[in-house]
Amino acid sequence: MQDMLRRYGFGLTLAMCLLVTFWLVVLVIVPNITLFEQSFRPYLPVVEIGGPRDTYSFANYLKVFDGNVDKSLFGISFSIPVHVYTFGLTIFYSMLVTLICFAMAYPLAYYMAKIVNPRSLPTLILLLFIPLWVSEVLRAFAWWIILAFKGPLNALLMGLGLIEDPIRWTNMGYTGVVVGLIYTYVLFMLFPIYNGVQSLDTNQIEAAEDLGAPWWKIHWRIVLPHSKPGIASGSVMVFMLSAGSLLVPSILGSTTSQWFTQTIDQWFKDALDWNTASAYAFLLLLLCTVFVSVAMWLFKVKLSDIAK
Amino acid sequence: MSAGIDLENVCCDFGTFRAVDNANVSIKPGEFFSFLGPSGCGKTTILRMVSGFIEPTEGVIRIGGKDVKGQRPNQRPTALIFQNLALFPLMPIWENISFGLEVRGVDKATRRAKAEELLKLVDLPGAGDKMVSQLSGGQKQRVAIARALAVEPSVMLLDEPLSALDLKLRQHMRAELRAIQRRTGVTFIYITHDQGEALAMSDRVGVMSQGRIQQIADPREIYNNPVNGFVASFVGENNIFEGEVQTAASGMASFSTPHGTFRARLGDLGDKKHAKLYVRPEHTLLSTAATVENAVLVTIGDVSFEGNFIAVHASTESGAHLTSEIRNDGSATVPEKGARMFMSFDPARASILPDANVRA
Amino acid sequence: MHKFRQNLAHLYTVLFVLYLLTPLVVMSGAAFNDSKLPSIVPWKGWTLMWFGEMISDQRMMLAFANTLWVAVAVAGISIIVGTASAILINSVSGRARTALYGMMISTILIPGVVIGISTMIMWTKLGGALFGPEGKPWPFIPGLHLSILGQVSYIAAMVMLLVLARLQSFDAGLEEAALDLGASHAQVMRRILLPHLYPAIGAGGAVAFFQSIENFNVTQFTRGGADTLTVYVFSKVRSGITPTINALAFLLICVTLVLAIIYEVNRRRRARIEAARQAEARRAEEALL
Repeated sequence: MQDMLRRYGFGLTLAMCLLVTFWLVVLVIVPNITLFEQSFRPYLPVVEIGGPRDTYSFANYLKVFDGNVDKSLFGISFSIPVHVYTFGLTIFYSMLVTLICFAMAYPLAYYMAKIVNPRSLPTLILLLFIPLWVSEVLRAFAWWIILAFKGPLNALLMGLGLIEDPIRWTNMGYTGVVVGLIYTYVLFMLFPIYNGVQSLDTNQIEAAEDLGAPWWKIHWRIVLPHSKPGIASGSVMVFMLSAGSLLVPSILGSTTSQWFTQTIDQWFKDALDWNTASAYAFLLLLLCTVFVSVAMWLFKVKLSDIAK
Repeated sequence: MSAGIDLENVCCDFGTFRAVDNANVSIKPGEFFSFLGPSGCGKTTILRMVSGFIEPTEGVIRIGGKDVKGQRPNQRPTALIFQNLALFPLMPIWENISFGLEVRGVDKATRRAKAEELLKLVDLPGAGDKMVSQLSGGQKQRVAIARALAVEPSVMLLDEPLSALDLKLRQHMRAELRAIQRRTGVTFIYITHDQGEALAMSDRVGVMSQGRIQQIADPREIYNNPVNGFVASFVGENNIFEGEVQTAASGMASFSTPHGTFRARLGDLGDKKHAKLYVRPEHTLLSTAATVENAVLVTIGDVSFEGNFIAVHASTESGAHLTSEIRNDGSATVPEKGARMFMSFDPARASILPDANVRA
Repeated sequence: MHKFRQNLAHLYTVLFVLYLLTPLVVMSGAAFNDSKLPSIVPWKGWTLMWFGEMISDQRMMLAFANTLWVAVAVAGISIIVGTASAILINSVSGRARTALYGMMISTILIPGVVIGISTMIMWTKLGGALFGPEGKPWPFIPGLHLSILGQVSYIAAMVMLLVLARLQSFDAGLEEAALDLGASHAQVMRRILLPHLYPAIGAGGAVAFFQSIENFNVTQFTRGGADTLTVYVFSKVRSGITPTINALAFLLICVTLVLAIIYEVNRRRRARIEAARQAEARRAEEALL
């Protein structure tokens, strides 16, 4: 702070502190505290707000456990609350998306960092950036067109003779959602990994090659460990974006694919019960944070490594 | 317009560390004054106190006779030349030079004219529209000087500005800097750890160690009559003998060492008991016969050829290492390795000096 | 590197780029198909009618205009807040820095649903507390201004990261040099620090602008009755869609492409100029020796 006063003087320092305070306090902390407080209040008609029935309780949170459905997994039948089930699947499919994104992005990131001719790299990056500049809703919409029952994918596959009848892609559980999420977020995996691999000294790879290591071992022992912060950063981004996405599941989802954000949306927009929506939103934030923290702890990555 | 600078009992603490301890110096208007010392000796701290980036913990700094306490860097009549020059990379040269005028609200035409005038002064006419990245190291140096001169400072403060240049250019720029200082008549305060630079350019030099000014004198005096062991060994090379003062009379003393008793000039020991004898390698003589006084029997070790001189390394019976330098003018014979010879020196060229002046 | 594996890598890259671009081509293509449903199969012939329909679609044009001014506002506020935060973070150290930085970064990771709902609830509740439940004045009612605030709350962090990265390459000595030459703090900021940061601020502005355009989650919960393009397209996909949206998408992609190409050409020109300057400096250096 001393340093800042000396460098920028009192007025500018004060202005900058106020701006940061405005952002963190007014736009982030207070809204989240309000959300947290609101999530413990019951949903009441306007006239009763502040009345005797307006007391704190866990009722909104306990709604997660309402209404069991019967499901079976690996042949085992069980009964599970529908929202818990939705949440579990949201986490599971978000992990799947993260994993596939990693598998797709890693080879390309390595290619960009170590193989491609440095002169054509800016062009390649420019090409890769184009979809990122195109709005998420349009990207999901593009896949909506492609996956349509009478759409180009079915036409192509039938034209090639791979299938005889068109497939209802968007009615196969979470297929559409996963395809859409991967397309939408794979670049958020690519660039952090690229940054990670790029900072690796190429001599290390050549040294390993020179010592006779096979290519998979070079990746496993040298490239992967070095780019771990980048991978972690990309994975956290993709996971949180996927779990928090509302658009893609809504556009590409089927009748049998429910995303947890859609449940929150329904509480908020359809049931107009903002308090329960708050409770659910807070649960999403809390559980995702816990999940990501545990994952980061397992892989020994710090928050400061993220988003570089 | 140049101004003198006076430091009176100036101290500067960083936490518990005393970076500058009780500095007293009076720099005359128009003088080229250097602070010379190893890194961490406090010379840069003095510079930053004069320029106003740091306030002294104690003591008074006067510029042109006026106490500058509380004045910010932009209010003092000083201009600083940074170690890395700190040229503004996004401005063309002429804007760099006239930046100080720009912030004072001078109009563009006047600024442009002033920039051209200064570019001529530093021997870079017509370079005004170039960008910083187009210039060589030496040219950047001159632009930095021109930029500092543009605000017509009374005092220029230079923080090792030549350290980034290579040897040839550095020697060239020494003469250049000295010439610019003469032309403008501005007081220069120059910070360096390079004794060659300090001795070659300065009117006077202040040698510093561990936050204390050890000696202030003109370059010749510093080299020939250092006041203590630190000054003697930081400026130039020395052969050092440890021992004790035996008898002293009229500035000379006899000094007993494990290698024999020598006669030498007696420095100001003050209340210090410990002293050493210092004699420069070029003031020693190697001969096959012992002289009347101040001779040590040595065995010749490695002989290294340095170009303009030849350094002869030798060791005494008791294993102490000594060095002698022979001018490479073809007159002297170079001794063979392993030869046994006498190394001798003139009592008037050897000094008995106390250790460095440090805080108890 | 064996030839075979290298070729495989090239092939993979080509496939990847195709994978990324084909959906966009399909979507653009559907804008020219004379079919009521947005698709490229079956192809029923070229037409430009969807572009005409697009312009006469009042609701869509309004949504488009809304999107633009929201994006401009978000970019503007995010640039100011993000730059100030980056400078602040760069000037503090130790625990304060870790805590502040962690808090700023975590805003990027908060699900948009949470940001949307929390922003909405805070402002309407604040309005309720100040003015009672009925007849709350602006800004305590749902609307796009709340969308802007919600979006800024995480987009500012992206700008902050970009500016902070640029700040790392800034030599603080330049500020001291300017101060020493008599500049005031405001002049140092305007003439020395900000010019150095402009590239990052510009990039930050672009990122903020496009992030705002594509934002759905925050907008969905805060917009009140107003439409933005994303919200409009979303509602259309659910309620029956015509290729007017493809026409709009095609135009947006074209604009993006043109901007990207201009940026790239400009970047190359700058790189060339800088290389020439450095070559000149080297020549000057050699001339002296």
